[in-house]
Amino acid sequence: MNWSAISAIYVFEMARFFRTIAQSLISPVLSTSLYFVVFGAAIGSRIDEVEGVSYGAFIVPGLIMLTVMTQAISNASFGIYFPKFIGTIYELLSAPINFLEIVMGYVGAAATKAMFIGIIILITSFFFVDIQIQNPLAMVLFLVLTCVSFALFGFIIGIWAGNFEQLQLVPLLIVTPLVFLGGSFYSISMLPPVWQTISMFNPVVYLISGFRWAFFGVADVHIGMSLLAIAGFTGLCLGAVWWIFKTGWRIRQ
Amino acid sequence: MPTILSIKDLRKAYDGGFEALKGVSLEIDEGEIIALLGPNGAGKTTLISTVCGITMPTSGSVTVAGFDILRDFRQARSLIGLVPQEIALEPFERVINTVRFSRGLFGKGRKDAAVEDILRRLSLWDKRDSQIRALSGGMKRRVLIAKALAHEPRVLFLDEPTAGVDVELRKDMWEIVEGLRADGVTTILTTHYIEEAEAIADRVGVINKGEILLVEDKDKLMARMGQKQLNVQLTTQLDAVPEALGGYDLTLGDEGWTLIYSYDTKSERTGITKLLTDVAGVGLQLRDVVTRQSSLEDIFVSLVKEPEGSA
Repeated sequence: MNWSAISAIYVFEMARFFRTIAQSLISPVLSTSLYFVVFGAAIGSRIDEVEGVSYGAFIVPGLIMLTVMTQAISNASFGIYFPKFIGTIYELLSAPINFLEIVMGYVGAAATKAMFIGIIILITSFFFVDIQIQNPLAMVLFLVLTCVSFALFGFIIGIWAGNFEQLQLVPLLIVTPLVFLGGSFYSISMLPPVWQTISMFNPVVYLISGFRWAFFGVADVHIGMSLLAIAGFTGLCLGAVWWIFKTGWRIRQ
Repeated sequence: MPTILSIKDLRKAYDGGFEALKGVSLEIDEGEIIALLGPNGAGKTTLISTVCGITMPTSGSVTVAGFDILRDFRQARSLIGLVPQEIALEPFERVINTVRFSRGLFGKGRKDAAVEDILRRLSLWDKRDSQIRALSGGMKRRVLIAKALAHEPRVLFLDEPTAGVDVELRKDMWEIVEGLRADGVTTILTTHYIEEAEAIADRVGVINKGEILLVEDKDKLMARMGQKQLNVQLTTQLDAVPEALGGYDLTLGDEGWTLIYSYDTKSERTGITKLLTDVAGVGLQLRDVVTRQSSLEDIFVSLVKEPEGSA
């Protein structure tokens, strides 16, 4: 294992993050605050409680998940797409490293950034609402797994994308709708029965539900199912990454 | 000198079926500078890319200091530095950080003294904290070389290092390559500037349409294939070659002021002594005698030129 290479990639990617630290942090903090103002204060004041939790607090796990998922995807996909786009990928391909090490560097950095932003949002939310975390360990576990699996997913998108439009396509057309319809701002039980059934096919439902369970002990689906879902998604992404590694798809002719 | 790079029957066919390399074999000795000459699309870059791991060979083998580029890719690649043809750099990164990154990527621990030495050698030390986007094109090329040298490779590939580079920088590059040779670094460069090969290479390989047409010691190549011309400048103007000199392959040049004699440098007797004696014999006075050797360019053109009649 070429640890020096992994850390070189990791440090290089984190440097990009810290170079743009202001926009990296201000924008998620700002948008989260807006969500709290709109959903928590304005609309939330008309909703009493959801499953025994004040609405303002109820949306916190969903908000964190929403941001963490999109950030992990965009950071990882951009991280590997950019070298492809400007041509610096030649260096990665000619270095004494294997694909796994490249993945660890880029995905590790993207997951760290997403996690960082997730924690910032959590801290921000303390200023708006009262929240207690019942299972801190489970919360950290879900956060880490979500960051890593979505960063892996983003990495795959970055490898696949042939241009900047494609880079935006999957997050915009698939991930954002799934996250919004995955119960970020509501409980699945608030939906009509038909939509409840349909929601069960949305993998994000399981992740948000599990994350929320870690906070409040309430969940739309059983925590075991949530763990299974996140493990399954991580496994799927790892499988795809392994396949890319084996075939050199879109990177090595 | 031991062989450092050994390429055996290397083939590369791209997905579309285009065969970029058609069985290339090449042995390169440690410490030499070899120039690969060839027109655009000859397969120069594909050859380099395959050796460096950017593209996968279809068949054949390559070893670097005995390490197979596929089976022992870590050892093999650690020995190689690559300067690509296109300038590809992270625009917002600082010079020193991008060089450190390259060093780390190739598995070498952080060593500031080594990085400083490389940057100084490439006259980049004063620019170490500049963002790459702020550098001139020539400086960016230096950064590429610095990155390629960051892990102290034994073999350096320069893919058209001086394309679009001004004369001064080109000279600097040649000096850098010479300096590396003093450290025992083997350099393989591709170019379509003949004068570049002529100026710095020990050996010259000519590649065209995915095949190596010839690899030869530069001086020997020029001696072997080089036609020389002897220009005998006269004090009197001639209308025709004097009959007494009819036995020689002579032409008149310079409106009759010069006799031009073409001869082969590899033949044992060039016939110059006899010619000059005979020229004096017919009463012609010599003003000057000039010889001109055909350049690598002439040789190159004659090698890659399509045979007449073929497509």
